[in-house]
Amino acid sequence: MQQHFKHLGSGLLAAALAFTVTTTNAAEVKAGFILVGPVGDHGWSYQHNQGRLALAKNLGIKTTVVESVKEGADAERVIRKLATSGYNLIFTTSFGYMNSTLKVAKQFPNVKFEHATGYKRSKNVSTYGARFYEGRYIAGILAGRMTKSNIIGYIGSFPIPEVVRGIDSFTIALRKVNPKATVKVIWVNSWYDPGKESDAAKTLIDQGADVLLQHTDSAAPLQTAESRGVWGVGQASDMSKFAPKAQLTAIVDNWGDYYTQEAKAVMDGTWKSHDTWGGLKAGMVKLAPYNKAIPAKVVAEAEAARKAIISGELHPFQGPIKDQSGKVVVAAGETLSDQKLLGLNFYVQGVQGSLPK
Amino acid sequence: MNVDSPMWVEIFLTILAASIPLLLAGLGELITEKSGVLNLGLEGMMLAGAITGFAFMAKTGSALIAITTAAAAGMAMSLLFAFLALTLLSNQVATGLALTLFGVGLSALLGKPFVGTAIPELPKLSIPGLSDLPIVGPLLFHHDFLVYFALLSVPAAAYFLLHTRPGLILRAVGESHDAAHALGYPVIRIRYMAVLYGGAMSGLAGAFLSLSYTPMWAENMTAGRGWIALALVVFATWRTGRLLLGALLFGAVSILELHAQALGIQIPSQLLSMLPYLATIVVLTLISADSTRIRLLTPACIGKSFHPPS
Repeated sequence: MQQHFKHLGSGLLAAALAFTVTTTNAAEVKAGFILVGPVGDHGWSYQHNQGRLALAKNLGIKTTVVESVKEGADAERVIRKLATSGYNLIFTTSFGYMNSTLKVAKQFPNVKFEHATGYKRSKNVSTYGARFYEGRYIAGILAGRMTKSNIIGYIGSFPIPEVVRGIDSFTIALRKVNPKATVKVIWVNSWYDPGKESDAAKTLIDQGADVLLQHTDSAAPLQTAESRGVWGVGQASDMSKFAPKAQLTAIVDNWGDYYTQEAKAVMDGTWKSHDTWGGLKAGMVKLAPYNKAIPAKVVAEAEAARKAIISGELHPFQGPIKDQSGKVVVAAGETLSDQKLLGLNFYVQGVQGSLPK
Repeated sequence: MNVDSPMWVEIFLTILAASIPLLLAGLGELITEKSGVLNLGLEGMMLAGAITGFAFMAKTGSALIAITTAAAAGMAMSLLFAFLALTLLSNQVATGLALTLFGVGLSALLGKPFVGTAIPELPKLSIPGLSDLPIVGPLLFHHDFLVYFALLSVPAAAYFLLHTRPGLILRAVGESHDAAHALGYPVIRIRYMAVLYGGAMSGLAGAFLSLSYTPMWAENMTAGRGWIALALVVFATWRTGRLLLGALLFGAVSILELHAQALGIQIPSQLLSMLPYLATIVVLTLISADSTRIRLLTPACIGKSFHPPS
């Protein structure tokens, strides 16, 4: 933990602090962040901290971060502590913080909350996320062209829409360039468990996968890919230093601009509860440099798709899309709405196994 | 890695790797318990070894230094335990638990600067000629030092316990410290050595995790393996061969769970994640049903403080 919070000795002191919050000058913003993993995961949490640092640098305001906060009861305690410690803009950066955030927000109406990847909002709770699935679509093209075994391994954290969307978007692109390729999914039921992620990576490789995708935050699957001589795609950050040979690219999150914009809105008094969902176009999702071993033709194909997504010509979820049974779920010419995407709960054709309920 | 190996060889190697940390820590604890000391601090000692080995690997790049210091770190932790439990006669269970909590916190603190650092994987020691053999090569002759060490430690520990005089004395101390003391054996000193051996082995188990299994440092990366190793010692009824079997079985259950998922077998993944732990409970229940056998094999003085009569 980079900054330790003083234990609040009594309820009286807490009340006094809460009072100071309500009387804080509108121009004064203190931003607090809670992260699900350690700052040094070099994945998801690392990027949120990078965003925090960018915000602190851009606006020169006080920020703090609490690392490795478990989703659930513990999160509520930490969020409340931040709110009582005078932080008036609080970013809760994991899906599982959703209910804790809303609960605490109700008790601190003058504190602004921003919850990442969630879908529940209130007067002082905004939600924000990035269209990572756009990045995963590009990864799908690369994987489809680079695989020889036509088996792709996908390590999932929890079967929530966010992750399922990534799997589907990836698979749609994969099958477009390589209709014979299939995706095997292993759920490790954790966002950050290097040992288990590595076990899952080995298992998928043992079952023939020669490209690994991950929606978990450690670099362990990529390290395994590197030592076993297969390809991998980095998650949230450029993980090439862990797998210089194996990483095809990485889907990189970029939160700095968004965090700066939100803090500025609080400063100016213009902050309103809203939902933000930006992708490649908004610069919230970026791709790490392509692996040098990828043929130029494939890079060109991936780049063309990236540009088409930015220009709006291409949407990863444009029909026809078939589900696992082969039934057309999105007709040709149609595109899944954001509403449907946010609650996505089925596998598309090409994914093996069934989605855990 | 031999790319042409059949799938079952690859799967077995993955299972073997999953069982190595359990085997190392379990063997250390087995010897410790045979001397009559119950050290529940495996998890803490493993974490101390994991971070120390990792830190020295990152700083020096030498696998030898990393492995040696990891063992030393485990020993240092166990020395602390031995001083409290054997010299100051504190309660062994409470001291062991405290050691685990201490190790978790200490390793997290020391590990702070090393989170996200990349290190080279532990080198594989290949034996020219033998390593290139089909199937047998990758199966037996393409591992890193710690894997060979763990596997060779099993017969070594068995031989030590059953066929050497010091082994006999160690067991005597564990069975009846009063009798051993009456015969003139230095009970406390022998227990100190057993505890230190346990610490070194736990340190190595931790080093295997942070240097070979996933070459990175992550807070609390042992993820409960120390507790599983403890359970395995009871599972094995203090027999080295059975400990190896138990470690492999446990490794197998945790890996095959993932295989079932990748094959799309219809079982909730949360249930599958529970399987290794359920297996431990079931086996423990089965074993404790036969109470005479358990009593025969359990070191009679386990967990009891020894106060030399003056």
